Amino acid sequence: MRLARTHVLVGVDDEARLAGVDAVLASLHGALAELGLQGEVQVVETGSLGISGHGIVIAVQPDGVYYAGVTPADARQIAEEHLLKGRPVARLRLPTTAPVARPAEVLGRQRRVVLANCGAIDPERIEEYIAMGGYEALGRAVTEMKPEEVIEAVKKAGLRGRGGAGFPTGIKWSAVRTASDPERYVVCNADEGEPGTFKDRLILEGDPHKLLEGMAIAGYAVGAHIGIIYIRGEYALSIARIERAIAAAEALGILGERVFETDFSFRVEVRPGAGAYVCGEETALLESLEGKRGWPRIRPPYPVTHGLWGKPTVVNNVETLANVPDILRRGPAWYRTLGTPTCPGTKVYTVLGHVRYPGLVEVEMGTTLRTLIYELGGGLLPGRSLKGVLVGGAAGAFLSSRELDVRLDFDSLAERAAALGSGAVLVMDESACIVDTLGSVLRFFRHESCGQCTPCRSGTEVLVRLISTLQTGRADEATLAQMIQIVGAMRAASLCPLGQSVALPVRTALSEFEDEFAAHIAGLPCPSCAATARALGWASR
Amino acid sequence: MNKERPTKDAIVARHPRSPEALLSLLHDLQTANAGNHLTADDLALAAAHVGVPLSAVRDAATFYSMFSLAPRGQHIIRLCASPNCHLAGAWSVLDELRRLLGVEVGETTADGLFTLELTSCLGACGVAPVMMIDDEVMGNLTPERVRGALARYRRGR
Repeated sequence: MRLARTHVLVGVDDEARLAGVDAVLASLHGALAELGLQGEVQVVETGSLGISGHGIVIAVQPDGVYYAGVTPADARQIAEEHLLKGRPVARLRLPTTAPVARPAEVLGRQRRVVLANCGAIDPERIEEYIAMGGYEALGRAVTEMKPEEVIEAVKKAGLRGRGGAGFPTGIKWSAVRTASDPERYVVCNADEGEPGTFKDRLILEGDPHKLLEGMAIAGYAVGAHIGIIYIRGEYALSIARIERAIAAAEALGILGERVFETDFSFRVEVRPGAGAYVCGEETALLESLEGKRGWPRIRPPYPVTHGLWGKPTVVNNVETLANVPDILRRGPAWYRTLGTPTCPGTKVYTVLGHVRYPGLVEVEMGTTLRTLIYELGGGLLPGRSLKGVLVGGAAGAFLSSRELDVRLDFDSLAERAAALGSGAVLVMDESACIVDTLGSVLRFFRHESCGQCTPCRSGTEVLVRLISTLQTGRADEATLAQMIQIVGAMRAASLCPLGQSVALPVRTALSEFEDEFAAHIAGLPCPSCAATARALGWASR
Repeated sequence: MNKERPTKDAIVARHPRSPEALLSLLHDLQTANAGNHLTADDLALAAAHVGVPLSAVRDAATFYSMFSLAPRGQHIIRLCASPNCHLAGAWSVLDELRRLLGVEVGETTADGLFTLELTSCLGACGVAPVMMIDDEVMGNLTPERVRGALARYRRGR
């Protein structure tokens, strides 16, 4: 960043664009020019500032003042009052009780590694990434380290895959490194589709170079020269931004032929998906990359030996790869000071639903659900009480309010038969109906089942039928037992994790919220279920 | 509707002659059609270009929810129906969309302007409920905001 007295960070994302951020920027620049502040104040267009639902948000640094719902006229007032005279415009500030208004306090509770640059730098300017120490790790890796040493560092750091399963990244890389076929690929899974998750989108849009650096390091470590980012087709801005980032890195000789003037070459390509949740499953993703329908493959063999075009392939999630540059730059020992002994590092969560401040946070692994909801999410809305939490997206687990002290890391959650999954934390107060929410989850799975194997294809269909009887007051005592039986079969016999994972939300919802299901069998549909039945045109009793 | 569209040959030429280009190519061909869909000719063109059988192209084109073989409206409205938007009141948004458009999910308005679809999570959950019109994501939807958005698209954005 150019040296300036004050930086004005303007969050430019889809929401801000909709709210007319271009006009606000024009007004701000105009006012700064008139007031002669251009030399002192620099306006930086960043990705999302991590604050949602407040229209156009701008932050004035180093003052730490956040303004929300800014209009072009407001921008002029901010320039005149705050930037010129040093008097923050109270009318536009986010409420002082909001954590976002006190970044020192609340961002301080976060531990930002992966998201460190998001909202702080202009993602469209590679120079800013470099100024934050970006591409230093890649430069060091290709000039000073052997590929094996890079893998060793990642192993020592204990990095585990952030896509959901938590598989050790270093072991995956080693398997590809030692594969006999010299033609290898690095594939980044950016097919973020788990309902309630947008962590990867924020990285792609807020700090695309961090991902590219992680991919290039992975490529060097395993001996691949081509990296492919598979981004879901709906993420138009992500696709555009990462493509521009690749071009900028190639122009500086950081990607492409002769990376940092060494013999290592690494080219990155972007491929859009076309709307299929199952393509987040790595073998389905590989099929899709080959231009086919996204049907999961039978495993083994695994992608580390038989991946894209049958060649050894590393498939890593966006967040996983975005951890890599800091591991190399600051060292495995530093990385291990974060998180827990078996799950080092941080994790990005999306805290959503009935909380005061929905949004994205990054905290150390092992942080409790209670901290996430009550400190970072600001707790529930005034006067409301917590009913339950759906952790891990649609393929996640329903937890009751008694389980708030669960630590969020791969191991603690596995003990409770829940997966860390996507990091989605959907908070529900007493106004939510668990049966209705489970219905939404099951319709999601029915729509996204790829149809290849029978347990999943038929199972999801029957589950939706059963839950619809619960939602319309037509269920009986046998309904719940049937649901349990079906998910048991799906868990045992489905080909891929999509079908297998349906058991988790169904079992946890039925066991933790038994009374609520019983009430739906005994009585008339609740208002939420009735609304769903109306919307979907189901006949009621 | 009158804006100039690149010719199909020009679109095809932008893509490598290899199966891995298929999805990108289908996206571009679909966008080039006024009906936001893939025609039989498009599928044949794609098959010949990337070098796979027509059946394989049809296989892919019918699998992914962003592709359609039937003509759709000029603008595709995709309302998120995933759990978070559901909790945030997606049904009231759907009611308003149905009322304003006079169509059910999956249908196209009589003037050919809009097709209404439901979609899985769009990854904009901080501003639920959410929908997309074409490439534009819109959040914090209320019936009023839906009315405003449709009016804007009816005026030609």
